Amino acid sequence: MDSIIDAPGVQNPVTILLMGLRRSGKSSICKVVFHNVQPLDTLYLESTTKPTTENFKSLIDLAVVELPGQLNMFEPSLYDSKKLFSSIGALVYVIDSQDEYLSALQNLAVIIKYAVSVNPKIHIEVLIHKVDGLSEDYRLDTQRDIMQRVGDDLLDYGLEGVQISFYLTSIFDHSIYEAFSRIVQKLIYELPALENMLDLLMQYSNFDKVFLFDVNSKIYVATDSSPVDIQTYEVCAEFIDVTIDLDGLYEPPRKIDGPDSVALGARNSSVQSSSQFTSPNSIVPETKNSELDPIYVAKPTRCISKLQNGTTLYLYQMIRGLALVGVSRLEEGDEATSITVIDHNVNIFKKSLEKMWEKSRVK
Amino acid sequence: MSSGKKLLLMGRSGSGKSSMRSIIFSNYSAFDTRRLGATIDVEHSNLRFLNNMTLNLWDCGGQDIFMDNFLSGDSSGSRNGSTGANSSNNVFNKCEVLIYLFDVESKEVQKDIETFKRVLGNLKKYSPEVKIFILIHKMDLIQINKRQELFDLMFNKLKAIAQKEYGFAIEGFATSIWDESLYKAWSSIVCSLIPNISLYEQYLAKLNRIMNAREIILFEKTTFLVISSTNRYSSSLAENREEAKELLKADDLDPKRFEKISNIIKTYKQSVNKIRTNFSNLVLHGRNSSIFLDVLTSNTYIMVIMDNNNSNHGSGPMGVQYQLEDENLVLEDIKIARDLFEKIEDKK
Repeated sequence: MDSIIDAPGVQNPVTILLMGLRRSGKSSICKVVFHNVQPLDTLYLESTTKPTTENFKSLIDLAVVELPGQLNMFEPSLYDSKKLFSSIGALVYVIDSQDEYLSALQNLAVIIKYAVSVNPKIHIEVLIHKVDGLSEDYRLDTQRDIMQRVGDDLLDYGLEGVQISFYLTSIFDHSIYEAFSRIVQKLIYELPALENMLDLLMQYSNFDKVFLFDVNSKIYVATDSSPVDIQTYEVCAEFIDVTIDLDGLYEPPRKIDGPDSVALGARNSSVQSSSQFTSPNSIVPETKNSELDPIYVAKPTRCISKLQNGTTLYLYQMIRGLALVGVSRLEEGDEATSITVIDHNVNIFKKSLEKMWEKSRVK
Repeated sequence: MSSGKKLLLMGRSGSGKSSMRSIIFSNYSAFDTRRLGATIDVEHSNLRFLNNMTLNLWDCGGQDIFMDNFLSGDSSGSRNGSTGANSSNNVFNKCEVLIYLFDVESKEVQKDIETFKRVLGNLKKYSPEVKIFILIHKMDLIQINKRQELFDLMFNKLKAIAQKEYGFAIEGFATSIWDESLYKAWSSIVCSLIPNISLYEQYLAKLNRIMNAREIILFEKTTFLVISSTNRYSSSLAENREEAKELLKADDLDPKRFEKISNIIKTYKQSVNKIRTNFSNLVLHGRNSSIFLDVLTSNTYIMVIMDNNNSNHGSGPMGVQYQLEDENLVLEDIKIARDLFEKIEDKK
């Protein structure tokens, strides 16, 4: 069992550890966010018995390690907790807000104390989960109560300097994606540079809002510095689905006989890379090869949709299963030019993203 | 056409009649339909469809008491007095389409069939020209591998009854509100009512001879039901049927794609509604094809799927250039086609 946890941890510091008491909803979160499972279907999940690792490749190679809730985590026979904690970038603790959460808070305090002593640089994130069952007022009360208690507990342990972020989440709306987006963003080393680039892009291309999405999980790895409006986020996320679903319906034929066979090679490789981009269930098994595939580079998916109030949604495929989605208000009558300008700018952005990614790999 | 076409929506209570109507005509999501209560007696809705066609949808409540009330004129005759006879007259008179829902999970199949027979009997008497559609509904509750078998079993039985005892030819669909099967069924139902459907088909084929698209699909605007479609093989190679069929087979497209598109676009429309607007067009240059979705007339949307042959142009700015020119060409074609299709709609 050691090896499961070690493998991603050693060569990859960007690991998220998902913890929480039993039945707090950890596996459901994983399934919904990374496997596109319908939230209602997670009712039938079995209880997790072994630590599981999700490898998730996007701009960064991310691994999510989920620990079974019913384990006493300081039982040394099961796994080497010291090694585990020193190798992770973020600890996500899930609290069931519909349940009695006092024992969870105790458990959390013990874990934080240990984690900080092993790895002081760790990000600690607390998901106040299943808030869909609470009324609007009660949510904030619960959050305040939990924050207060956690603060007190840490004070008792003499750890008042530890930074903890709290999120109200539910798998039945987009709040869980929002929370995970923020968590993942903290682990991306290049984030400030990315945000800067997006700000520039936004300024010069007349965008109201730009997201850099991971296509499979609908997590956004970066956005510009204007505040995120959850509804805009939802529309952008659904826009990705529309694009992928529509395109997926018209996959080119797999075998072509007759005079067309010259194009066969080209077609085939495009099918392969397309399945990487389209298949939502498998996590993009990206290899170096497919990025250098000329067709992959030459034909990025691009989708533009105009809305009746003059807003335009814009999607452009980036490297490594990422897509840029922007919301823009174009001037009437000037659309063709504006879109050309946007295309040009986005292309430049894509090139810089490629460069940035190469650099980060050398390092 | 001002009188409109009368559609009866019947089935026993709880079989999903109102849910279905709300999803197709009132932009509900499948999830929202849980809020619907029981329908009392008959709920009428008038829907304009394609400008010159009005659908009068009679959503008939399915509780036994309502059903008996609808049917009583036939069974008990004069004893029930004039009210019963009236209502049966009323409901079954001048009916163009009957849509009858069967709940696939129903425990009392025999009773369902009995009621269905009585409905057929009434229709035979009052509107013998009626078209009948059977929907075996709530298919999502059945295991995937058993669905087809179960559907065949039920449908064949009902078909035999309708054919032998009443002389009606019926069509059947397996449906569920949780997937795209609902759109397929309603597309066929509505298409059977459009009087000048052949004109649409003719014009679409003509349009495709000009554009040489992989496929062109015409949708109704509010419901996003498929009205008509054409593809390269059916339009250009019409005289050479055999060859066309083979080519079509080689293209190997998802047979359920129309319904799926309806479903995808409707979901998209709902999500765009969250920012209080509606969508007007969409241009997608995907990996597999270029898709153009645009308003055609005041009542229709058109979707053009072009081959994505930009790969021939290689990478770099030249490829983008070609793409842009193609795009303008297609959009211009659509603009020109617009007038033509407006004319069909204005025709009575």
